[in-house]
Amino acid sequence: MSNISVHERDIVIPGEVLAEGMDYLPGENTYRENEKIYSKSLGLVSISGRVLKVTPLSGPYVPKIDDKIIGKVIDITMSGWRIDTNTAYSALLNVRDATTRFVKKEEDLSQILAIGDYVVVRIVNVTSQNLIDVTMKEPGLYKVSGGRIMEINSQKVPRVIGKQGSMISLIKTKTGCEVTVGQNGLVWVKGTPEGELKAEQAIKLVEEKSYLEGLTDRVGKFLEQ
Amino acid sequence: MVYKKRLDGRKWDELRPMEAKVGVVPNADGSASFKIGKTWAIAAVYGPRELFPKFKQDPKKGVLRCFYSMMPFSGSGERIRPGANRRAQEIAMVMANALGPVVDLSAFPNAVVDVFVDLPQTDAGTRCAAISAASMALAQAGIPMKDMISSVAVGKVDDKIATDLDYKEEHIEEFNPDSKTASVSDIPVAMIHNTKEITLLQMDGEISKEDLMKAIEAATVAVDKVYEVQRQALKEKFAKE
Repeated sequence: MSNISVHERDIVIPGEVLAEGMDYLPGENTYRENEKIYSKSLGLVSISGRVLKVTPLSGPYVPKIDDKIIGKVIDITMSGWRIDTNTAYSALLNVRDATTRFVKKEEDLSQILAIGDYVVVRIVNVTSQNLIDVTMKEPGLYKVSGGRIMEINSQKVPRVIGKQGSMISLIKTKTGCEVTVGQNGLVWVKGTPEGELKAEQAIKLVEEKSYLEGLTDRVGKFLEQ
Repeated sequence: MVYKKRLDGRKWDELRPMEAKVGVVPNADGSASFKIGKTWAIAAVYGPRELFPKFKQDPKKGVLRCFYSMMPFSGSGERIRPGANRRAQEIAMVMANALGPVVDLSAFPNAVVDVFVDLPQTDAGTRCAAISAASMALAQAGIPMKDMISSVAVGKVDDKIATDLDYKEEHIEEFNPDSKTASVSDIPVAMIHNTKEITLLQMDGEISKEDLMKAIEAATVAVDKVYEVQRQALKEKFAKE
């Protein structure tokens, strides 16, 4: 007989027992040992059928293929740029993945992207050692100009975007800002100085109160003020 | 002659009052403060981040690196020279060994997770407070962990097994005229909560095998009380309004 000892959206800490018996299956951030399922992270329980999952409340960003991230150019190499991804690992952006135009052999790459520039890129490959390849040659990927870059906890990115982008479109329309969220937790906000400030505060509010229900209404109210 | 009653009036298996809080260092990825009696530890966790110097990197898994430091004013009033010394380095090493078995850094090759613990005030049991605080800070930082680590010191004062010795009890011959000839052994213990596997076991003084087993039994009960405080603190941080 199997016993489940937690409810949906309960907060659990590492090592907490989620369920006993073989009727349940360990999902993300959980593990099974001797018929019991334990949490492997501080987070919220989510139950889908027989699978128990823990959604972490905090934690590092783990690079995944196809993620759109915001990075900073930290070095220029022979054939491209090294991009800081706000993780323990930097990414490589090759010249041919950065621009559609022809780049001559002896051309100065800093004319295209200089050290310190921010770029919105997509991850094309990640190896087991977390070596990352990125591309900028797609619609919606570009070099960032103007505005401000802010940093949030990467686990909160889905909440900042909201269901079908509800949260982010709310912030965009109410503040009149352009907002781009990278999966790695860097956010680019561009608009009027007041709008940028308001948007930044709203995003911080989402980050802090992400575990509450009815968050979109709360942010809506905050932006009305 | 014999030690009949504890100097601060606690029961033999009673711990000093504990207080824990999570998220005390906003800039860190995870942080916690843990007080037990007058001993107070603050832990901050940073990472995973790139590890330098490069030769220390491990391509198979991330490295857990600990730092332990008593603050200059933390002792009995004598200034404590800050920074690394032989004792601090040893404690940092045993801390990393105590926390290592539950922390899973296999997803972060070549990276490092730094755990800094500073003690603003000390009254014995600092390495235990440091480990308990570090465990909470790692959990808040979202580092994958199999379980929590709770730590407490047990020991034998004269002929009694006592839990969570304070400074005066560790130096009983100075503070209790009746126990001039008393011997004290002090045994810091850290355990994994679910399995009760021991990840830290050190000792000052001497003890018989039978008494050591009794002391470890007392520790098994005591770490659960520490765990309860840690659990409460972690959950409180995210309690619904």
